[in-house]
Amino acid sequence: MERIISLLVENKFGVLARVAGLFSARGFNIESLSVGPAVDPSMSLITIVTQGDERILEQITKQLNKLIDVIKVVDLTENDYVERETALVKIHTRAEDRAEAFRIIEIFRAKIVDSTPTTYTVEITGDAQKVEAFINQLRPLGLKELVRSGQIAIARDDAKAAGEHKRRPAVVEAK
Amino acid sequence: MKLTGAEIFVESLKREGVKTVFGLPGGVVLKIFDVLYGDKDLDFVLVRHEQAAIHMAEAYARATGKVGVALVTSGPGATNTVTGLVNANLDSCPIVVFTGQVLTSLIGNDAFQEADIVGITRSCTKHNFLVKHVNELAQTIKEAFYIAGSGRPGPVLVDIPKDVSMAMAEFTYPDKVYIRGYNPTYEGNKWQIKQAAEAIIKAERPVLYVGGGVINSDGSEELQALAELLNIPVTMTLMGLGAFPGTHPLSLGMLGMHGSHATNLAVHNCDLLIAVGSRFDDRVTGKISEFVPQAKIIHVDVDPTSIRKNIHVDIPIVGDARSVLRDILAQATAMVGGKRREGKTPWLTQIAAWESERPLTYKADAKIIKPQFVIDMIYRRTRGEAIITSDVGQHQMWTAQFYKFAKPRTWLNSGGLGTMGYGFPAALGAQRAFPDRLVVCVTGDGSFQMNLQELATAMAYDLPVKVAIINNGYHGMVRQWQQLFYEGHYSASRLECGPDYVKLAEAYGAVGLRATEPHEVDDVLGEAFAVRKPVLMDFQVDPYENCYPMVPAGGAIHQMMYEDPQPEAGGRPSTPKDTQKESISLA
Repeated sequence: MERIISLLVENKFGVLARVAGLFSARGFNIESLSVGPAVDPSMSLITIVTQGDERILEQITKQLNKLIDVIKVVDLTENDYVERETALVKIHTRAEDRAEAFRIIEIFRAKIVDSTPTTYTVEITGDAQKVEAFINQLRPLGLKELVRSGQIAIARDDAKAAGEHKRRPAVVEAK
Repeated sequence: MKLTGAEIFVESLKREGVKTVFGLPGGVVLKIFDVLYGDKDLDFVLVRHEQAAIHMAEAYARATGKVGVALVTSGPGATNTVTGLVNANLDSCPIVVFTGQVLTSLIGNDAFQEADIVGITRSCTKHNFLVKHVNELAQTIKEAFYIAGSGRPGPVLVDIPKDVSMAMAEFTYPDKVYIRGYNPTYEGNKWQIKQAAEAIIKAERPVLYVGGGVINSDGSEELQALAELLNIPVTMTLMGLGAFPGTHPLSLGMLGMHGSHATNLAVHNCDLLIAVGSRFDDRVTGKISEFVPQAKIIHVDVDPTSIRKNIHVDIPIVGDARSVLRDILAQATAMVGGKRREGKTPWLTQIAAWESERPLTYKADAKIIKPQFVIDMIYRRTRGEAIITSDVGQHQMWTAQFYKFAKPRTWLNSGGLGTMGYGFPAALGAQRAFPDRLVVCVTGDGSFQMNLQELATAMAYDLPVKVAIINNGYHGMVRQWQQLFYEGHYSASRLECGPDYVKLAEAYGAVGLRATEPHEVDDVLGEAFAVRKPVLMDFQVDPYENCYPMVPAGGAIHQMMYEDPQPEAGGRPSTPKDTQKESISLA
């Protein structure tokens, strides 16, 4: 089962090594990992995509929580969340393939961000399946290089709770 | 007031109430040693190898309940601490280890005696720090002591670069720490505690299975009160021995791979297993899928990761062992109206029957010293009141089986990591903490030789520890496994050319004694315990004695081996008598 874990950690040197080291030392899997500063610049946010059954997931979250520099661990997959990934894809562009490349880029609403006489570099952003599908479509044209950011994700506010939110009607009225 | 980093370091240790520091100097920590020079309040113990300093600090912590402290230099000094740190981490022991580091400007340059010790020890410490600026030093030391001693205790390493110890800063020692990512739970969940108390009262065949957590939390009194209130038998892990009096009628002694027949059967057949401060180690559970097949499990542990790591638990309680035991006791007392359950329940009668079926025993011999006999005699002379340290192997298991510990914090050994070489320095650390108590190190000839250089430390600091070497000329436990599971191929387990331990002791100025026959054992012990000097006792024991009962690795704990299998035609070769003779003449 794939899980997306969001970690709020101290923005200190060595924290990423602690997190990554924990995964390797205990034989847990990392599918992807991305790091960046959080709202409070003294903290960083790490998004990890991992695999495992319920027992392993419980251990992963507990072990992460045990690290002194980890402030909060959230398994986003337990509730609604929005996830995105960006990929930069460099493809060969032979004259006979260009139309097909454009067509695919158009369908997926991707963007050409660089071009040379023989290559296009395309940016695609979306959920993991979309990025995956896009790359698979381009594959027959010849992928030259592929760079993926790894998934990042954020929890959605609980739809039900948001619906009951007191400020909501006021906003509607204002419209 | 402005102080140098080195002065801040020493002042901070004093504020933490540190009395003793174990260690060894070197280039980058000279500034600190310069401050220690002539300091009357801090007692520094110079070791002969840094590994020993960590074991000493650990044993000091274990025996006293305070945080143990060690100070070493960078590079090799720091890397020599690694085994001790892993050991303390697995056995949940609070120590703070300070390592020197090269100048901050040189870090990463492969400078002389540089090692990335923070990187190296990240996975074997509870937490570690590199102090990059003298302004952070006091705060870091405060946090280090707090982290080491709170929650599930463990080792913390603080790496101090040379320029940090030389630089000046304003010194104020913080009185509080707040670490936003660290907030251990001490009080157990009330509802879970009620559930646990109900389950315990309802159980017909309960067993308390307690570990080092009860000792770390000083929960022995609460444990005994609960066991006595409801007449619950208590088994202890290797790390838990001493948590419950070994001679108490409800004590089942140690369980697991070398647990006794009655103990392992009691655990296997219980209907409720109450695990407190223990972690379902594989040496305890054996084959996990066949462990306690009929039982509900209550698991109390201060570390949430211990719960459901190895086994499914019905009633998990995260909390400090002592606090949770106290709450369960209060709840249970109220539920039974304060009335103690007494007399032999059918369950206790059953356990007693198993006990008489196969008691924990050994066959004494008139000619050759049985290793268990030595431990038995140490027990008889000390009545379970001495501080006993041990190394790792057969002698350790025999000590755990035959020495009935009366009190907590008197049994110091390496459980999780199984570090040969732990016992002797541990004895020195404990003796430093309690100069007037009898400290006995039960060790093997293999283990003792891994840290024997500390004989010099024993002499230098007048630490009169009594070292009983169970000398069988083998890595005994390795030899036992080779005999039982590797067709008697004694590959690299024979320890040839061991020293003459009497002469070795004398070379250091200590006392050396030897026993080669059973009737000499008690005299040697008597003489050793009477003299106020470090003593090495060379007990030349039966080299082919094996440790039983034994659960073969991966087996279920109720399926034990009780004696050497009889040789079958074409089967395992029997004990090689010719080498036996040779090893007895080992001097």
